[in-house]
Amino acid sequence: MSDSEIVRADPVLHAHGDEHGHGTLRGYLIGFVLSAVLTVIPFALVMAGSPFTAGWTVAIVVACAIVQIAVHSAYFLHLNTSGEGGWTLLAYVFTAVIVIITIAGSLWIMYHLNTNMMPGMPTGQANQTP
Amino acid sequence: MTARGDAIAVEGGPDPTWHLVEQEGHDHGTGSPTALGFWIYLMSDALLFATIFATFGVLSTSYAGGPTPREIFDLPLVALNTALLLVSSITFGFAMLSAVAGSVGRTRAWLVVTALLGAAFVGVELYEFGHMMAEGATPQRSGFLSGFYGLVGTHGAHVTVGIVWIAVMLVQIGRRGLIVENRRRLLCLSMFWHFLDIIWIGVFTFVYLLGMLR
Repeated sequence: MSDSEIVRADPVLHAHGDEHGHGTLRGYLIGFVLSAVLTVIPFALVMAGSPFTAGWTVAIVVACAIVQIAVHSAYFLHLNTSGEGGWTLLAYVFTAVIVIITIAGSLWIMYHLNTNMMPGMPTGQANQTP
Repeated sequence: MTARGDAIAVEGGPDPTWHLVEQEGHDHGTGSPTALGFWIYLMSDALLFATIFATFGVLSTSYAGGPTPREIFDLPLVALNTALLLVSSITFGFAMLSAVAGSVGRTRAWLVVTALLGAAFVGVELYEFGHMMAEGATPQRSGFLSGFYGLVGTHGAHVTVGIVWIAVMLVQIGRRGLIVENRRRLLCLSMFWHFLDIIWIGVFTFVYLLGMLR
């Protein structure tokens, strides 16, 4: 059996509903260039100093991270709507929702806990809060 | 590392069917259930990291009078590590393309390059940890540092496991070539490696860059 025959008979890398489970050279290169740009922008803003206000700088850095995660998922993990009959995307979206709830929820709750229970605050005052 | 044991059994049948229900009637071999099962593992691993990210986020300003991010973080080092991991992602992509082309030699060569980049990443990270601890920024110094070492260390441990897995993969491909089983393992390993790069995006953004801006 020659190499090319093995490839054609290969059920793994040409998985169910996903003919490009291994990606293409072009896809990898596009993903790499986009990722490099999306990495350089936030690092440059923080290391070389930002022309924007602090709030906007944080927003741009976070936005670059979110876009880069999407780029990695699409071009490196080959996430698409048809992979495994859509189950990979469903699991991915479900996970993303739980991740956001976990992180944002924890920060939200603990921030308010810190605000309401500053060290040195009389305990009676906290109890009187309705 | 195969997820075959986690496959869904069709209920009610006299004997369990060890493949996914929606795949009945499709002749796609045994690889697909494994790939989906491994994908589910990666998603659960993402949830593990979410809890650690949340812990770090809550503790990220609890300095306890100890060092702050500006005082201990070395951004050029972080940029170097980010570059190492990003380049290792595309070299693994080249390994996958070489595997699809059926070239054992090129697949193993790109895997070696990927493992070396990963090892360099872990080496730089350990150097950074050692440097910080020498300055007194140990995990027990403050809540912020506990969260930092917990999160970054967990990611580093994953990368280390990935390097060991690549070494095992090199032996497996060397002994048996690019057989179906090895291609399936290689596919799972590639997903694992790219997943770790995605986690690193969160780490360098929320730990290092936003830490420096705080």
